[in-house]
Amino acid sequence: MPTLSDILKKGRSVPHHAPWPRAVVDAAVWTAAASTLPEGRLTLLDLWGEASAVHMALLDEPAGTTAVLSLEGLAGGGYPSVAQLHPPALRLERALRDLTRLEPRDLPDRRPWLDHGRWDLRRPLGERGIALPGVGPYAFLPAEGDGLHQIPVGPVHAGIIEPGHFRFTANGETVVRLEERLGYVHKGIEALMAGADLIRGAQLAGRTSGDSTVAYAYAFSQAVEAALGLVVPIRAVWLRALMAELERLANHLGDIGAICNDAAFPLMLAHCGVLRERVLRAADAAFGHRLMRDRIVPGGVTSDLNGDGAGGLRSLLAEIRRRFPALIELYDNTASLQDRTVGTGRLGAALAREYGAGGYVGRASGRAFDVRQVLRYPPYDSLVFDVPVLNDGDVNARVWIRIREIEQSLLLIEQIIDRLPMGPIFSGIPSVGERREGMALIEGFRGDILVWLRIAPGGGIERCHLRDPSWFQWPLLEAAIEGNIVADFPLCNKSFNCSYSGHDL
Amino acid sequence: MRKLLFENLIRLPLTEPPPPPSDAAMEELAAGIGAASRRRLGRSLSIRAVDAGSCNGCEMEMHALSNAFYDIERFGIRFVASPRHADVLLVTGPVTKNMQEALERTYNATPAPKWVVALGGCARDGGCFAGSYAVIGGVSMVVPVDLHIPGCPPSPTDILRGLLALLEHVNEGGRAS
Ligand code: SF4
Repeated sequence: MPTLSDILKKGRSVPHHAPWPRAVVDAAVWTAAASTLPEGRLTLLDLWGEASAVHMALLDEPAGTTAVLSLEGLAGGGYPSVAQLHPPALRLERALRDLTRLEPRDLPDRRPWLDHGRWDLRRPLGERGIALPGVGPYAFLPAEGDGLHQIPVGPVHAGIIEPGHFRFTANGETVVRLEERLGYVHKGIEALMAGADLIRGAQLAGRTSGDSTVAYAYAFSQAVEAALGLVVPIRAVWLRALMAELERLANHLGDIGAICNDAAFPLMLAHCGVLRERVLRAADAAFGHRLMRDRIVPGGVTSDLNGDGAGGLRSLLAEIRRRFPALIELYDNTASLQDRTVGTGRLGAALAREYGAGGYVGRASGRAFDVRQVLRYPPYDSLVFDVPVLNDGDVNARVWIRIREIEQSLLLIEQIIDRLPMGPIFSGIPSVGERREGMALIEGFRGDILVWLRIAPGGGIERCHLRDPSWFQWPLLEAAIEGNIVADFPLCNKSFNCSYSGHDL
Repeated sequence: MRKLLFENLIRLPLTEPPPPPSDAAMEELAAGIGAASRRRLGRSLSIRAVDAGSCNGCEMEMHALSNAFYDIERFGIRFVASPRHADVLLVTGPVTKNMQEALERTYNATPAPKWVVALGGCARDGGCFAGSYAVIGGVSMVVPVDLHIPGCPPSPTDILRGLLALLEHVNEGGRAS
């Protein structure tokens, strides 16, 4: 089984790509790398395209490193599809095909993905073409058999949720197939990035998925800094992690409440909602924005933590520690709730590994991957924390992972406040005379967020690609719901809590 | 569970006094009074949330309205599951091309009298996504808008102030499309 560095040696290394290497390879090496993916040593992190190039980011988990393989100088003939060898690449390649002109050869599913035939142009990231007239129907996959019926849901859903379409095929109450159709909230973020300056780039990144605004701004800024070789003041590095943990805390609290509410137990929602609101208020008091939006920028952070803010965070920790244990007990001891969550929406470990599922989805199904631990980006290299892992893979396990991660985040926040280094929080952006490329992987509350970018001489963004963890989680939801009853779908869906906006871009 | 419920009986409520209705919203709504529909809604509003392309930040704060601090239901404002049951469409996001038809259909499925509230900077004019090939722009490019609530995202208090202004306006017999 080849390691990532074995594969990289077969390509031509690209200068000015940091912090991990990028190598231009030929089609044979590309296909060979793709065909090792099912073996499991290497994990597909991402796949994206440009007008005449495709890139594949790979993780070598045992070696604790990542790298990018590229095919460049592609023309009309396209490139060998990765999805034909490794299904997790399928939607990425369908999207890549919609956005660039490049054709993944032997792509097993040739339907468009993000392009619903409604934009006024085609191939926005490639050689732009005019839109084809008319919106054709989308061909959902067939499900045949006696007594099957279909239930179409969305794009507008019944609650306060983002839009997407779910096509259920059911036999009575039992779901035999779920097919998702996404792309409704595609805003063209990557095309808006092209030509933007770094400040606007950070704003756009922070609006890719609002619930992960800190994590996206964090990843974007870190990619810029890697590209430019910029060292961020140590206090800013720590403040970033503080914000990221607060974001994780708020989202996990909200999710636990919402999952229980979908199991008809609103008491948990009420109590978790109060704690979540307290986190947002403490964040507002400490950093001046409830979601801490636009607080992380390339070069550092824009608002410092003062004594009052730190005091507010300490009393937040005390309040959560006082109230949360009773909620855990309530969750654990309510038989009617457990009846709904235990054994529901089971995701097997093999699929979670194959898809490189990040966050609580992966960690509830035995995949012990957390970027904070595997790549140890600062300040996590000097903080003490555990990464909880469970093997049941059901809704209950995804709740428990969140519970344990809340406890870990409380510990992390405490360590950060105790040891926060003094000093400046921002350093200016140097200008460089040549093209630079950078990449970052940041653990958001939902899983690993990847940002890759190329900065032109002069500091403008030439290409920026953002990959939400949901890309690899959405397909797994289709697998997890199979054999469950339709009425449990909201519960399963909420336990995954995939991002629509982050995925649709 | 009993212990938790009992404790809550003796704890002071967290719910905060309502904020005053937003002046800016009152002004925008007052300007909108045209063909007055005098139907009274009995001091209640049913809201249907429509995400027409948001980053989901606005949705997060919309959710917060239901927590114990804001407790939006005490004002007779509630979120409903179907546009058929709604008086108000609370629309977020820059309207994406891929969501235009769904927004129009939701609007058409809502019985009159109805009001449309555009929530957040994106819903006003597309926000930082304006100009994209995939975005139409603000909500008013697709359906008539009665009230804008600015912010990115607007805080729950801001949303509440806007909705309270709408509630007063509705009860005084303001325009309904
Ligand atoms: S206004 Fe801000 S929070 Fe609301 S959808 Fe737009 S970017 Fe997101």
